[in-house]
Amino acid sequence: MIFGAKHRSGHQGFFALFEHLDSTVDACKALRAAGHKGFRAYAPLPEHELLEEGLALKHSPVRVFTLAGGLTGAATGFAFTSWTSMDWPLVTGGKPILSIPAYVIIAFECAILFGALSTVIGLFINAGLPNFRPMVAYHPECSNGSFGVYVTAPPARAAEVKEILSSHEPAELREEPEGFDV
Amino acid sequence: MATADLTKRGALPNPDVKKYEDVNKAVLQVLGRPGKGWWVLFSIAVAGVGVFLTSWFYQIYKGIGVSGLNAPVGWGVYITTFVFWVGIAHSGTLISAILFLFRAPWRQAIYRASEAMTVFAVMTAGLFPLIHVGRVWHAYWLVPYPNARFLWPNFRSPLVWDVFAITTYFTVSAVFFYLGTIPDLAAARDHARGIRRKFYQIISLGWRGTDREWHHFSKAYIYLAALATPLVLSVHSVVSWDFAMAIVPGWHTTIFAPYFVAGAIFSGVALVITLAVPMRKFFGLEEYLTVKHFEAMAKLCLLTSMIVLYAYLTEYFLAWYSGEPPERGSFWNRVFGHYWWANWIMLTCNGLVPLMLWFKRVRRSIAALFVISIFINIGMWFERFVIIVTSLSHEYEPWAWGLYRPSIVEVGILLGSFAWFGFWFLLFTRLLPPVAIAEMKEVVPPPRRGKGAS
Repeated sequence: MIFGAKHRSGHQGFFALFEHLDSTVDACKALRAAGHKGFRAYAPLPEHELLEEGLALKHSPVRVFTLAGGLTGAATGFAFTSWTSMDWPLVTGGKPILSIPAYVIIAFECAILFGALSTVIGLFINAGLPNFRPMVAYHPECSNGSFGVYVTAPPARAAEVKEILSSHEPAELREEPEGFDV
Repeated sequence: MATADLTKRGALPNPDVKKYEDVNKAVLQVLGRPGKGWWVLFSIAVAGVGVFLTSWFYQIYKGIGVSGLNAPVGWGVYITTFVFWVGIAHSGTLISAILFLFRAPWRQAIYRASEAMTVFAVMTAGLFPLIHVGRVWHAYWLVPYPNARFLWPNFRSPLVWDVFAITTYFTVSAVFFYLGTIPDLAAARDHARGIRRKFYQIISLGWRGTDREWHHFSKAYIYLAALATPLVLSVHSVVSWDFAMAIVPGWHTTIFAPYFVAGAIFSGVALVITLAVPMRKFFGLEEYLTVKHFEAMAKLCLLTSMIVLYAYLTEYFLAWYSGEPPERGSFWNRVFGHYWWANWIMLTCNGLVPLMLWFKRVRRSIAALFVISIFINIGMWFERFVIIVTSLSHEYEPWAWGLYRPSIVEVGILLGSFAWFGFWFLLFTRLLPPVAIAEMKEVVPPPRRGKGAS
């Protein structure tokens, strides 16, 4: 692969695979209550209960990208059509040199195009895609029917993390000597 | 969202899909070894693409004179077919974006296939301006850049708007389609072995389904849907202005934009039905594409068919009411003139046959819907033929009237375009999950232990 996995030095890694949504949500809540940050939950679908209740994720900055892209596109469309018309003023069909209604269509299409592309860029930047690092801290069941939680902790807190995860009845609990940034 | 409520509104009509794993199993088995039937269809499609390319190369070699295009009918089968395929493209974005924003729970099962259809239909449509211009090596003249005298194109021309609309539509629908498949490609990756696994690993961009990915993904998806919704309505409006901005009798009307958009959705949903019926049969997806889904699509067809029929009648009425001899003459010529048969095929297929959809028994019969959808596809092609050819053949001055007959090359390209579309669609059904796995899971009740606080 292109990049190596990012180690989190001095940390141990724990991967818990859950069969149930509610236990995953509870495990995430318990981890947050114990002051753990930067752990990852895995899900086969965008489950709002997990994202909003379990992890308390708030607004996504992707919307700023959409807005900025859309406005840039509209401005570009207007600027482009107006500038090219002013560049060599030529009356056609008795219409004004700056035929705003006609240019609205170009500006509209550019707004949609730029807005959509910058939404994708915003998604890629915020979600860290594409991600061709080795698939460490992952379980293929997470794209099928199960949920997962991955936590890294320094040795001092390892026992606590293990306790929290196993108290929510995971189907599988993997303990790895090295933690990774995922 | 309460699952019972969703079921009432049409989601998950079949109780056989109980677990998330069922969805993966049913959808990913489609990506296995292709059966004999697939290879037969694929060979037919490849042969058809051969016909398409041979006809086109012959036209490039001999010149545009091998088509039937001549004064006064300068737009014929090529532009008709262009508008037809752009129209087909509309249902995909309608189902994936507009019904997504309206939270219609029956869209999940069908939207991936219809979105793929959109992308391939625009790919097909996009070839026709290149075929139509004749000297395809000058096709880059369509791109707005200044000519040798530093004059820029005229941005007041609807043909330039069309370039912007179609390229934007293709880009946005392709991006929207690809983005939606990423989580499902990851599911295919986790299921596959060997070289296929590597392939899905790369095209899924290393998706892992983490909370961070899903959080931004679901937000980005909403914004893309919100952008695609006005886009889909604008694209066919712009295509209709290619005609409506010209002072040709039969074209120059304000009704054109909504009339074209309704017709586009009508034809698009019909083609979704045409493709979904065999897909469900061959791939054993009966539990996912149920009678309820087909009934919902049939209702959409019925609604748009009524709008289209209303638009036809409005056109006739206003031609008479305008008192303009050229306008009246143009519509009289449509109904009783040289191309009367094309007009009556259009009225029968788009106005009369879909009236059967008023009956619940017809809407719930998959075989009947399949047959009706084919009638609609034919009728909608003829609608564009009627609008374009009969109007151009019968303008103002009687000495400038003339007839048009499609040449064998044009027919070859028209039929070949279906093969080109089918070629891509068949590849799609084997390489990408044809039903949206992650979204199907949203209408399956999540597994709960039932002990915890939540």
